[in-house]
Amino acid sequence: MAVVKLDSGYNIGVNPVSCTFFGHPAESLPKKSQVPQKSDLPALSIVSTGGTIASRIDYRTGSVTSQFDAGDILMAIPELAKVAQYRTIPLATILSENMTPAIWQELARAVYKEIKNGATGVIITHGTDTMAYSAAAISFMIDTPVPVVFVGSQRSADRPSSDNAMNAVCAASAATSDLGEVTVVMHATTNDDTCSIHRGTRVRKMHSSRRDAFRSMGIDPLGTVAYPSREVTLKSFAVRRGSQTLALHDKLEEHCGLIQFYPGMSPDLLKAYEGYKGLVLAGTGLGHVSTTLIPSLQKLIKRDTVVVMTSQCMQGRVCDRVYDTGRDLLTAGVIEGGDMLPEVALVKMMWVLGNERDPEKAAALMQVDLKGECNRRSTHGL
Amino acid sequence: MDYKAAGLKAGIEIHQQLNTKEKLFCHCQTLLRDSSEHSGEFFRYLRVTESEMGEIDRAAQEEMKRDRKFHYYTYDTTCLIENDEEPPAPLNDEALSVCLTIAKMFGMTPVQQVHTMRKLVIDGSNTSGFQRTALVALNGALPNGGEIETICLEEEAAQRVKDDIFSLDRLGIPLIEITTSPCMHTPEEVQEVAEYIGMVLRSTGKVKRGIGTIRQDVNISIRGGARVEIKGVQELDLIAEVVRREVQRQQNLLGIRNELQQKKASIHDNSKNVTGLFKETKSTVLKKAKRIYAISLEGFAGVVGREIQPDRRLGSEMSDYAKKCGVGGIFHTDELPAYGVTAEEVARLRAHMNAGVHDCVVIVAAVNDNQAACALDQVSIRAQLAFSEKPVPEETRKMLESGSSAYMRPLPGPARMYPETDVLPVIVDDDRWHATTVPELLTAKARRYAQEYSIDRNYATRLALSEKLPLFERAVTEGIKPKLAVFTILSTATELRREGTEIGKISDEDYLATWHAVESGRAAKEAIPDILRELASGNTFEEVLRKLAPAISRQDLESIIHKIIADRSDFVLQKGQAALGPLMGVVMSEVRGSVDGKIVSEILKKEIAAALAEKKP
Repeated sequence: MAVVKLDSGYNIGVNPVSCTFFGHPAESLPKKSQVPQKSDLPALSIVSTGGTIASRIDYRTGSVTSQFDAGDILMAIPELAKVAQYRTIPLATILSENMTPAIWQELARAVYKEIKNGATGVIITHGTDTMAYSAAAISFMIDTPVPVVFVGSQRSADRPSSDNAMNAVCAASAATSDLGEVTVVMHATTNDDTCSIHRGTRVRKMHSSRRDAFRSMGIDPLGTVAYPSREVTLKSFAVRRGSQTLALHDKLEEHCGLIQFYPGMSPDLLKAYEGYKGLVLAGTGLGHVSTTLIPSLQKLIKRDTVVVMTSQCMQGRVCDRVYDTGRDLLTAGVIEGGDMLPEVALVKMMWVLGNERDPEKAAALMQVDLKGECNRRSTHGL
Repeated sequence: MDYKAAGLKAGIEIHQQLNTKEKLFCHCQTLLRDSSEHSGEFFRYLRVTESEMGEIDRAAQEEMKRDRKFHYYTYDTTCLIENDEEPPAPLNDEALSVCLTIAKMFGMTPVQQVHTMRKLVIDGSNTSGFQRTALVALNGALPNGGEIETICLEEEAAQRVKDDIFSLDRLGIPLIEITTSPCMHTPEEVQEVAEYIGMVLRSTGKVKRGIGTIRQDVNISIRGGARVEIKGVQELDLIAEVVRREVQRQQNLLGIRNELQQKKASIHDNSKNVTGLFKETKSTVLKKAKRIYAISLEGFAGVVGREIQPDRRLGSEMSDYAKKCGVGGIFHTDELPAYGVTAEEVARLRAHMNAGVHDCVVIVAAVNDNQAACALDQVSIRAQLAFSEKPVPEETRKMLESGSSAYMRPLPGPARMYPETDVLPVIVDDDRWHATTVPELLTAKARRYAQEYSIDRNYATRLALSEKLPLFERAVTEGIKPKLAVFTILSTATELRREGTEIGKISDEDYLATWHAVESGRAAKEAIPDILRELASGNTFEEVLRKLAPAISRQDLESIIHKIIADRSDFVLQKGQAALGPLMGVVMSEVRGSVDGKIVSEILKKEIAAALAEKKP
């Protein structure tokens, strides 16, 4: 069907055979921002991985506009100009489900470069589907003295009710705050009143569509940003600006997998992971899989695959010392993943195995808290 | 008034809620709730966004002048889609079918592939900031030769509870929007066409009934004037009056333009902060104001206070424009001294503003300098328009109770349309179109009823247009005598309503049960008003029947009648069969209306005859 735009603004689909070609419309130049940047405000860098913040459809090409500079962003969200001055780095324009560990590495290098060049905070715009994975990845790859803030929107930027503007303004406020770690800043509730600041290694998308889908798991959020006052409140356990010295550790081992156990799962599925350097299991409850899988897991471990157990409960910690199956898993060489989220354990495993070749040492590192991903104490209920 | 000479052109847009099972883009019921029943609440800000062509709609731009923080009430009958927290479900196919039926009734051409659009509306009435709408059919005809331009399927907006609080129960109910061309030339014609379209819509049996379920927007222009859209006319009877008053308004604005041009009116930015002049004022509005600003409109004296419509002055238009900045309105020297402002204050104000006798000074009370400047800017813009080449601005206006109208916003343009990327287009192929059947028009139905059931023609028409038509049709199918059903629906129920009975509380099932009881002899026809009264006060049908019409078997009845006759044997012997009439009353009061009079009379006759035969020597 050919889509015809009527004078009234309505589109209708008509059979192309009933259309006559008249010619191409005149090309229109993209508008440029008139919003001036204030040089006395903090310098932030915005690294974009997908067009979430300032995306708009170009009706003539039917695609999202490829222009992405400070001007575009400020034109879309003029309030941002009150918070900081911006430099923009278009790293990728992908849907977040198409994110790869290779792009995480590029992203880590770009963020590192910005901080090294004097950015007092970095904002990363990201699709929300895999934002938590990327936030975890950057958490492990960079020691940052400044805030690194992931932000996105759950309702597209081309609608008046989009959460993009408030999230962006709150992200910029968090990026100019006293924070000194990798975080995700998104709506705290369905109201347009507060954003939560989440630790990059403890955050999860817990709803497919709501604005307040992102939740801190196992810990409280690091803080909040009030809207529209932009007031940032940080909890005492949030890592403060300047606590870490800038460093980049950008090696990752991509041959790692994550598999969710379910009742009746065939041991054959584990064959696909033969030759992998690491495998994270999202087991049931305290960290179990059926006993029929244990011989296959043992085989993987004997061939130097690091196997870490996490829980598909998402909340709470694994303990393989309570029941027989757990003890058998430990005997087989499975490592308890503490209270790590399954996907964070996967990303950590890529990073650990990228930096530590020895399986035993790597296994030990998986149980050490590196970037707040492993809590020694469980202080948080549901 | 010669409307043709005035060059009146009018068109209407009719918005009618459809009575589908579910809403247009979610699976919630199309159920209206009492706002006190709300189970949750949230708030949002709305921002203006660009169209796909990279433009900002002028109507949306106007809304940007105010704070757009809106509160919403949620219910256990609404879901995340109304909250704008979940992508829409596919377009409701039942609603599309109703639209196609109506399109066919007007002889229209369906769109081959229906595309849902987002129509930008940032007044808060849609949580998303847009109303989803799809063009379904084009090019229809009216019997009077007029044209239906388009049929659109839209989602209903949220209802304003008060101020910036909206209720989400109504949001998403399917609406059909029928737009005529500007093919009407007299106020009466507009009303007739609206009535006709309303009748066609109701003929489908698939539209909601009752106040607020149908709304008319009227587009009006006269020669030299401009197209103005008046929204939200809910009563049909007011349409012609709305058109008359708009013609009057446009003509008066044209007259004012000529007068202002003659007077060499002009607008300069001579606005001043005059807060100090009103330090000791007795005016409650001005006393409360943090800032008072004034502007002098040169050559406007006497014109700002001029009536352009009943209860509306040019000053009212300026005031509507200023209100967009959040102020309560304006004062002007054509109406002062008044509202607690003294003659001395007016004289001081005029002197301070260097205003001459031909000038009108407008003042505005605001909370800060920005708001005051914004409001006076709006006043200047409206004043400038008054003596421009286009003294009637193209506007969307809202109807006031009397039929006059107030400014809402500029007419929106095509820039407010954006494709709804979350909804897939729907193909209407030839098979679907051919399979769409057209129902009998209510006017035709009325003629048929009059004939088939020998019902009075007026009665038949009233019945066909009544909300209770489906009940009547059900009754007839269930074997109830048509005349009994019609009489109850049109006469009995109306009388009961007039005496204050809440007949709306009587369900269709209760009506049917009542009729069945009458038809089967369990209740007398005469008892219907009493039964309905009791039903309306909340009793169940069985309770009512027990109370008003205790079941009496034929045998019981015969023995009751036998006893009555035996007690009055002298009277019966004396009167013979003429005793029937008086005895009917005695029996009916004894059985309290629970037996049909016909049966009573039949048994009475027999028993009287028997009594007479017995006593004969």
